[in-house]
Amino acid sequence: MRKARIAYGGAIHEATEWQGQLLVDDGRIVDENEVTWLTPIEPRTVFALGLNYADHAAELAFTAPSEPLVFLKGPHTFIGHQGFTRRPADISYMHYECELAVIIGKTARNVKKEDAYNYVKGYSVANDYAIRDYLENYYRPNLRVKNRDAATPFGPWMVDAQDVVDPMSLKLTTHVNNKLVQEGTTSDMIFDIPTLIAYLSSFMTLSENDVILTGTPKGSVDTAVGDVVVTEIEGIGRLVNTIIGDESFINR
Amino acid sequence: MSRASLRVLGARELISADVNIVNNTVTIGEGVVHANELPLDIPVTGMVIGTLLNYKGALEKLGDTVQAKPYCSPPTAPVLYLKPANTFNRYGSTIPMPVGVSKLEVGAALGLVIGKQAIAVDEEHALNYVAGYTIVNDVSVPHVSLFRPAVQHRARDGFCPIGPWVIDHQEVPDPDNLVIRVFINDVLRQENTTSNLIRPIRRLLADVTEFMTLRPGDVLLVGVPEAAPLAEVGDHIRIDIAGIGSLENRIVDEQQFNSWGTT
Repeated sequence: MRKARIAYGGAIHEATEWQGQLLVDDGRIVDENEVTWLTPIEPRTVFALGLNYADHAAELAFTAPSEPLVFLKGPHTFIGHQGFTRRPADISYMHYECELAVIIGKTARNVKKEDAYNYVKGYSVANDYAIRDYLENYYRPNLRVKNRDAATPFGPWMVDAQDVVDPMSLKLTTHVNNKLVQEGTTSDMIFDIPTLIAYLSSFMTLSENDVILTGTPKGSVDTAVGDVVVTEIEGIGRLVNTIIGDESFINR
Repeated sequence: MSRASLRVLGARELISADVNIVNNTVTIGEGVVHANELPLDIPVTGMVIGTLLNYKGALEKLGDTVQAKPYCSPPTAPVLYLKPANTFNRYGSTIPMPVGVSKLEVGAALGLVIGKQAIAVDEEHALNYVAGYTIVNDVSVPHVSLFRPAVQHRARDGFCPIGPWVIDHQEVPDPDNLVIRVFINDVLRQENTTSNLIRPIRRLLADVTEFMTLRPGDVLLVGVPEAAPLAEVGDHIRIDIAGIGSLENRIVDEQQFNSWGTT
């Protein structure tokens, strides 16, 4: 099942996919363009992986890490499907990152790799935008690059774990204005999903609605104001975001 | 007496109360209760963001290494990190020493508790967004390299005691001039003051909210002073911040820690 959180008719609802439309929790059937998409869950602690695809690490002139490069993301950076993300006027390089999002379903501590999938309740898509102009070499990637307001689209929905036969073999693509710019497969992850769950839970407790963004393959290209960026993962979802400029804000 | 907000363990809501920061007591109704006898829960509700290298001495301690690889230059924007929900811990409870670790760094931090939504605030008005001040022990596993995010070092369970209360902002006329002291087993181990911040509080709030909204209940830590004292299993840690109060916790072996934060 595919589960979304939406705003519709002045209230927040849960909804499920229903024959190409959305079945709202109160029984109404609506078109996906009639609703405001929220993030599919309210994320608790969110982990993101840097350099978790060898081809992307090479693209950024890094050797692949020997242990997972993990950073955390705060709650205010997430927005839903069909949202808008700001590109500041003073920067030169802002790129998308299509990532498989793994949503934890129950408390996990010291989980063994072979048990790790039992702690996953579903999957979604995230676009982990980065603004490379703001990179600094302290706790890199720093929050100014990776934890900006509304700069991590997440959705459209959560696909139940039981409906995903092999999350380690899914095609990822990004299209900017309908042009293919990024392509890869989750099978190229350096640290796979069970390894990441075992690693994180080896030193801290994971809880329901914690999320692991598993990294992105190569194909990072600068984006411009007005670009429509579509990050898609086979069998999981197609996440649409539009880049807006400072002219949309009176305080910038 | 100072006006504060606090939460009694098991209660859903924060309450306002008069507290005595010298005696560590709370006046509730007619009664006066010591903080140690009144199980206190975490007095904040949002996310907790830490700031690295915001004490002049902390940056100076790095010396020329900031010009060398991998850093290549001193930081320009605030260096921030999240203390996630699993780290939250309450006044009087225990901090677990992870298996395989023998010493923990005590990070004595003043916490700015946000009172209203702060987006791209300017320095002049920044303090209008602060509801009050609390004490945070930003515990970490000692680590030398600051190149990669220190999730393994800073995000362990129970590594973020917060409390005992939030002192109302009106009670703190000059948050940029507060003495901070750390006592381990009642021996003074560290003393510093928020007058040594590289980014004073107004400037820090302006620079952080430029790219990241702070919401009511969120906590921004102004930084951890250099030469953080190390503590071991069994140690009793007390962080005093002038005008705010005392945060007390004890370190226990991880095996004795449970998720309720009590022993």
